[in-house]
Amino acid sequence: MIKRPFLTNLILIGIVIALVIIPLILHNDAEFQGSDDRAEEAILEIVPEYEPWIDPLWEPPSAEVESFLFALQAAIGAGVIFYWFGYMKGKRKIEKVA
Amino acid sequence: MVKRNKVELCIIIILMFILPAQTYAMHIMEGFLPLHWAIIWWVALIPFLFISTKKLQKSIQESPDNKMLLAMVGAFIFVVSALKLPSVTGSSSHATGVGLGAILFGPYVMVVISFVVLVFQALLLAHGGITTLGANGFAMGVVGPVLAYGLYKGLKRIGLSNGGSIFIAAAIGNMSTYVVTAAQLAIAHQDPITGFYGAFLKFLGVFSLTQIPLAITEGLLTVVVINILLSYRDKGLVEIPNIKGGYQQ
Repeated sequence: MIKRPFLTNLILIGIVIALVIIPLILHNDAEFQGSDDRAEEAILEIVPEYEPWIDPLWEPPSAEVESFLFALQAAIGAGVIFYWFGYMKGKRKIEKVA
Repeated sequence: MVKRNKVELCIIIILMFILPAQTYAMHIMEGFLPLHWAIIWWVALIPFLFISTKKLQKSIQESPDNKMLLAMVGAFIFVVSALKLPSVTGSSSHATGVGLGAILFGPYVMVVISFVVLVFQALLLAHGGITTLGANGFAMGVVGPVLAYGLYKGLKRIGLSNGGSIFIAAAIGNMSTYVVTAAQLAIAHQDPITGFYGAFLKFLGVFSLTQIPLAITEGLLTVVVINILLSYRDKGLVEIPNIKGGYQQ
């Protein structure tokens, strides 16, 4: 049995939130660029003559479209996760009544 | 000499935390692996995809609860890999989320699930790529989950609690994906002077610091989700594979 799971989880989530906020305060002038665009530069630093031999089939035309797709991805995931939690909550109620 | 090196190392590490650094990708971008390396990693991944499909079918047949639990494990990866979080180095990166599923269902199930997420991101977000999918799938779907699962089992055996084992397993599993990605890049793009190791340290050095807080975040979130799962299990609502007892046990 877990003792006080809610409190434990609250503390753990508190630490997660702190880990996200602290860098924002610590580096309030940083750009927080995505690490994904950096690979290119790193490779070109080591092998300056390298040229990617194929381009992505499709690229999001703007940062807005890209963030829309990322938000959509997170929303779909969150939807499934909380469907499961809701399903479990409902199941518990039914078992209490029965 | 040795002492001086240590001092220099400390200064570099401290500077990395203070100065906003730029980091490298977790997913290798389209076209950034030469063709032969792209093929080699695809060939390496295919047997695991095959095993993974079999294991997925088996898990679903074993218990009716597993189907929904697997969907939730996949959804967890979907969410955390969409959220790019700021890190202490002043740049952003994201978690992988594969530790959760690996601990619950064993490592092989995660290959297909990671693959699906990587295809989605490669096609719709130009994040990663189809030619580099073999390499990315291997780092995220094979090495990360195998290490997370092995660490969980090993740490439990030496007497660590569920909570501690899950945290360490998920966090190290996350880190390992990035280490493998750095190695994959370094093998393909060796430094002309220092060779593989020089390139490896270069790829590894900068991004690994960004990744440490994110690995901790992933470890903590994995513990939170498993705590919730276990509390439902304790009420007799669902069977949770692979974990016995609560988080302190």
